[in-house]
Amino acid sequence: MDTAFLITAAAILAGAAGAMAARNVVHCALCAVVSFAGLAAAFLQLRAEFVGFAQLLVYVGAVAILIVVALLLTRNLEATHEALSFRPWTLGLAIALLVSGAVVSAILGSGLTLGAPASAPAPTVKEIGNLLMTRYVVALEVVGVLLTVALIGAALVALRETGPGRTAKAGEQGSGGSRLEE
Amino acid sequence: MEELARYLVVAALLFGIGLAGVLTRRNAIVVLIGIELMLNAANLNFIAFWRHGPHPEALAGVMFVLFAIAIAAAEAAVGLGLVIAAYRHYRTTNLDQIEEMKG
Repeated sequence: MDTAFLITAAAILAGAAGAMAARNVVHCALCAVVSFAGLAAAFLQLRAEFVGFAQLLVYVGAVAILIVVALLLTRNLEATHEALSFRPWTLGLAIALLVSGAVVSAILGSGLTLGAPASAPAPTVKEIGNLLMTRYVVALEVVGVLLTVALIGAALVALRETGPGRTAKAGEQGSGGSRLEE
Repeated sequence: MEELARYLVVAALLFGIGLAGVLTRRNAIVVLIGIELMLNAANLNFIAFWRHGPHPEALAGVMFVLFAIAIAAAEAAVGLGLVIAAYRHYRTTNLDQIEEMKG
C-alpha cells in the first residue's frame, strides 16, 4: 500500500511538474497524460473504481486527444519552443508556492482524525446507477443537456469564420496548419 | 502521516503546480492543461474525503466527482475550441499577443 501510494504520488506530481515546465508543448501534453493516469490509479487505490475508470476514459482517452488535436491545429513553429523568460514568472511561482504551502501546513497542522473505514465495501456500479437514476436524476439530465450544448458550442466556436476580409486573409496564409482546417 | 492527509497533501501540491503553470505559462493550451490539473486536484480531495468520511456508503463524493469529470470534459472541449478560434484570428496561441478584444 505504501509503495503503491509513493509510486502513484510520484507519477501524479512528476507528470504535473513536467507538464508545466516542459518547453515543448507536445511534451507538456504527454506529461499531463502521465499525471491523469496517476490520478486514475489514486482513485483506484481509494476504492473508487468507477471514478478511476471514468478518469481513464475521459482524461487519458478524450481530453488528451483533444489537447493533442488542438496542438496540431494551432501548430506554430516558433511558439513550440516557447521561452521560459516570460512575464514575472517568479511572481507566479511564489504565489503558487504560497498557496500550496498554506494548504499543506493547514492539513498537517489540523490533526485530522477522521476515521479510516477502509473496511467499507467499494461501491458497485449497480449502486452508482441506482443513485444516478433516483436521487441524482435531475443532475444527470442537466449534465446531458450541458454536454449537448457544449458539443454544439464547441463546434460553432471552432467553425470557420466567414465574411469579407477573413477569407482573403486566410487564403494568403494558406499553408501548413490552415490547410487542415480547410 | 495518516492516509487521508497523504492524499490531501498530494492534491494540494498538484493544485500548486497547476496554479504555477496557469500563472506563468503563456501558451493558451498549456494554461488549459494547468486548469485541468487543478480540477483534478479538487477531485482527488473529494474522493479522499469520501473514502475517509463518516458516511462512505452515501456515495456523495463519488457522484460529485463523476459530475465534475463530465463538466470538465465539456469545459475542455469548449476551451480548446476557443483556442482554435483565437488562433485562427490572431495566428498565435501566445496569451501575451492576444490583447485586443476586437481585431
